[in-house]
Amino acid sequence: MSLESFTIMRHELLLTLSFLVILLAEVFTGEERKERVRGLAVIIFAIVTAVGFLPLPEGSIFGDMYRATRTTSLMKNILNIGTLIVFIQSYSWLGRAENRDRIHEYFMLLMTTLIGMNFMISAGHFLMFYIGIELATIPLAALAAYERFKNRSAEAGIKLILSSSLSSGILLFGLSMIYGTTGSLYFSEVAAEVKDMPLVILGFIFFFSGMGFKMSLVPFHLWTADVYEGAPVNVTAYLSVVSKGAAAFIFIIVLFTVFPVIIATWEKTIWIIAVLTITIGNLFALRQKNMKRFLAFSSIAQAGFFLLGFVGGNQLGMTTVIYYALVYIFSNLAAFGIVGIIADKTGRESMDDYDGLYRTNPGLSIAMMLAMFSLAGIPPVAGFFGKFFLFVAAAEKGFYVLVTIAVLNTIIALYYYLLVVKAMFINRNETPIEPFKSDSMSKLGLAICLAGIIVTGFASGIFEMIRNLSYGI
Amino acid sequence: MNILTWLVIIPLLTITGILLVKDARQAKIVSAFGMGIQLIVSAVIVYLYVAMRKAGITDEMVMISSYEWFKSLNIYYTVGVDGISVAMIALTSVVVFAGIFASWEMDDLRKEFFISLILLATGVFGFFISLDLFTMFLFYELAVIPMYILIGIWGSGPKEYAAMKLTLMLMGGSALLMVGLFGIYFNSAPDGGELTFNILEISKITIPIEAQRWFFPFTFVGFGVLGALFPLHTWSPDGHSSAPTAVSMLHAGVLMKLGGYGAFRVAMFLMPEAANEMAWIFIILTTISVVYGAFGAIVQKDLKYINAYSSVSHCGMVLFAVLMMNRTAMTGAVIQMISHGLMTALFFALIGMIYGRTHTRMINEMGGLMKVIPFLGVAYVIAGLASLGLPGLSGFVAEMNIFFGAFEHPDTFRRVATIIAVSSIVITAVYILRVIAILLLGPVRDHHFDHLNDAKWYEKLSIVSLLAGIIYIGMAPLHLSDIIRESVMPIVDKLL
Repeated sequence: MSLESFTIMRHELLLTLSFLVILLAEVFTGEERKERVRGLAVIIFAIVTAVGFLPLPEGSIFGDMYRATRTTSLMKNILNIGTLIVFIQSYSWLGRAENRDRIHEYFMLLMTTLIGMNFMISAGHFLMFYIGIELATIPLAALAAYERFKNRSAEAGIKLILSSSLSSGILLFGLSMIYGTTGSLYFSEVAAEVKDMPLVILGFIFFFSGMGFKMSLVPFHLWTADVYEGAPVNVTAYLSVVSKGAAAFIFIIVLFTVFPVIIATWEKTIWIIAVLTITIGNLFALRQKNMKRFLAFSSIAQAGFFLLGFVGGNQLGMTTVIYYALVYIFSNLAAFGIVGIIADKTGRESMDDYDGLYRTNPGLSIAMMLAMFSLAGIPPVAGFFGKFFLFVAAAEKGFYVLVTIAVLNTIIALYYYLLVVKAMFINRNETPIEPFKSDSMSKLGLAICLAGIIVTGFASGIFEMIRNLSYGI
Repeated sequence: MNILTWLVIIPLLTITGILLVKDARQAKIVSAFGMGIQLIVSAVIVYLYVAMRKAGITDEMVMISSYEWFKSLNIYYTVGVDGISVAMIALTSVVVFAGIFASWEMDDLRKEFFISLILLATGVFGFFISLDLFTMFLFYELAVIPMYILIGIWGSGPKEYAAMKLTLMLMGGSALLMVGLFGIYFNSAPDGGELTFNILEISKITIPIEAQRWFFPFTFVGFGVLGALFPLHTWSPDGHSSAPTAVSMLHAGVLMKLGGYGAFRVAMFLMPEAANEMAWIFIILTTISVVYGAFGAIVQKDLKYINAYSSVSHCGMVLFAVLMMNRTAMTGAVIQMISHGLMTALFFALIGMIYGRTHTRMINEMGGLMKVIPFLGVAYVIAGLASLGLPGLSGFVAEMNIFFGAFEHPDTFRRVATIIAVSSIVITAVYILRVIAILLLGPVRDHHFDHLNDAKWYEKLSIVSLLAGIIYIGMAPLHLSDIIRESVMPIVDKLL
């Protein structure tokens, strides 16, 4: 390996290095200083995130198994931002007595999954892709069971590992069929050999199902709500945002670069899955009272909106998917951040507990309202721009029926997001959540999210930059 | 910077000001101050506009300026005005100004109230100055969403239900509208070239007729929901009656006009062929709106419901006139928007003030109020007379133009529709006079009402500013209709 290959793999190598630093720090800090690992991890990761933005030489190594382009670098940076926010938001929760002896595990596991996602995004070969996906998933199961003294958390871990191993099996089965018909696992070679023939289509469908599990698309979504509810809030936030974003990124890359020949097939599949995902996700979200379950189902619906950018195979589609992922990271992490803060301070997670929140905690309520509006796609926050452009991308290819179904679904979504706003601002409560002060790290996390929610929309430069790095079929 | 952009900046600065001040009393002073400046700026804009026309500038739109926003999608922040939008801006600033004073005595969460109210106004102003469909749509949604908070927190009666119904129906309308806008955008360059959201550029080309047939209904109905198009008007009575005074004023007075304005500025102006083809469907629906709204108002007992149904009828008349597609009727439609805006804002202001004193809105529980609160009573009578179209007040000018223009059309179908719609004038007279008789005349029915206070200074200010507009338009209609007539021409030309 030459020096250049180090710079090409910068994201992964830096993460591995930070992983090792935290491991060493854990060994060399005394019992009473374990908490300091948190600060160290956040600082190191902030540096990693910043370094990721430096210009990167493009290239491929390991005989084209690993590719780095400016597009993949952008995707990794977006995931880094999301993870950084999650780290900051977890800060005070990790300081609790019961978590104190496992602080380093939390960071190390999260970093491992992130390394996996980075490899997955940079994959140029289905084996590399598969290794990445496994590396990204298995530690997540451990994280979901992080609060192992709680039954629900342990249950979430088991559910996640079982369903994801099943989905990996299905995915592998699909890959084996693709290998059988094309004789290669290199993306470039598969792309050249793929033809519109039954076995390829069958293999593709299995592959699709596997990805559907990772992105929690309907009908592969059933694990989502239970896992999201049982896992610690910060892990849920990570699962629903970073993990889902990474799956969307790699999925769109594979669709656009490996399977462009059979676009006629996957277009229809995605059309149907998008409608199902958005509608069913919305309908289930309507009835949820637990905030984590509520956000879980709303995030299923959101995953369906991502598919609108997939369906046309156009450059604008890829742009909007990446852009929406960025917007979604800020909006959803703000929502989860607030749910986390409140659960942390008061232990209350039900929507009814939020009644009258504005009277006691106006700042948090306004932040939550902005997050809800952004998720619902209401101007002037970024979600509006994200959704609007996703719809433009689908309309560009003439999918007006799909767009109409999707925009009507945004009304259903608006209803349940408004329920949260209603609880906080309109409903009265005999026993509202007491006024409390959040610690500075939680505030910082929220501030980053809110800045993102507001700036990402108006600053057209971000959209244009993503556009320049995207490609169509 | 372009003076039009100040119409968006001043409200935003006012909101910042409200956030900075400490107590609620200062908040209302800041809002009154900010909206006072807004009123002055609007007056300056009207003045500049008239001066430009006198100087012989015949451009379709003036005071245009454009800033690049999302380059790759060709989205610009483009502003500009013609006579119609100038008139609407003037209307909006008067109603907002009056609305601030009508809610001078809010008790709960005053800062938040004024912030939401002014945010709503920002959306409305932005909508009227936008020439780019994207920014227009952005401002449109920005104007709708604060309604939820405003009705939900400060409303009365079944406010949560009303707020949710109103928001979801209006956002449903805007969802349809969004699809319509995509259709326009992706057909804005039929001969190749760059796609655009700019209204003026799109108006120069002809969108393929197949596309028009698909997307005209989406766009028209999308705006129609806000313009209380039958049968999508049901949010209006519930919403208006539950909303607090200033919000009803702003909503019925201004926000509903967004629907009418958008319907001809976007739907009909950009897709004239489809508009001609499908006009008959919407003429039937709007005729129903006009007559049904009036009949609805007759049977109501709650003052706000009466006025809400009358708004359905009057806003239906706007869409009805627009669909007649000639100069006189179109001019009438715009005057009707202004006239109804002022009149209905006045009605809601008065109803709010009366309710604040008597604590009931049921007309049969009140009576003889003219003796106790003569100022409010007289204002109510004037508003009522304007509503039923008495010459000398604004309603007459509007309805005269509308029905004259509508009957001018040689088409039998439209003439029949006109005859049916004209009958609403009689019905309007019935419900207006009935209310005046029960509410204001006769003996004082409830002796609790013997010692009510008449209007305070801020209420008078609010009422007088609206009354002035109504009387001014009624007495000197040509000032307004001259501004509008010229600007209606490009739209009518495309439709014929």
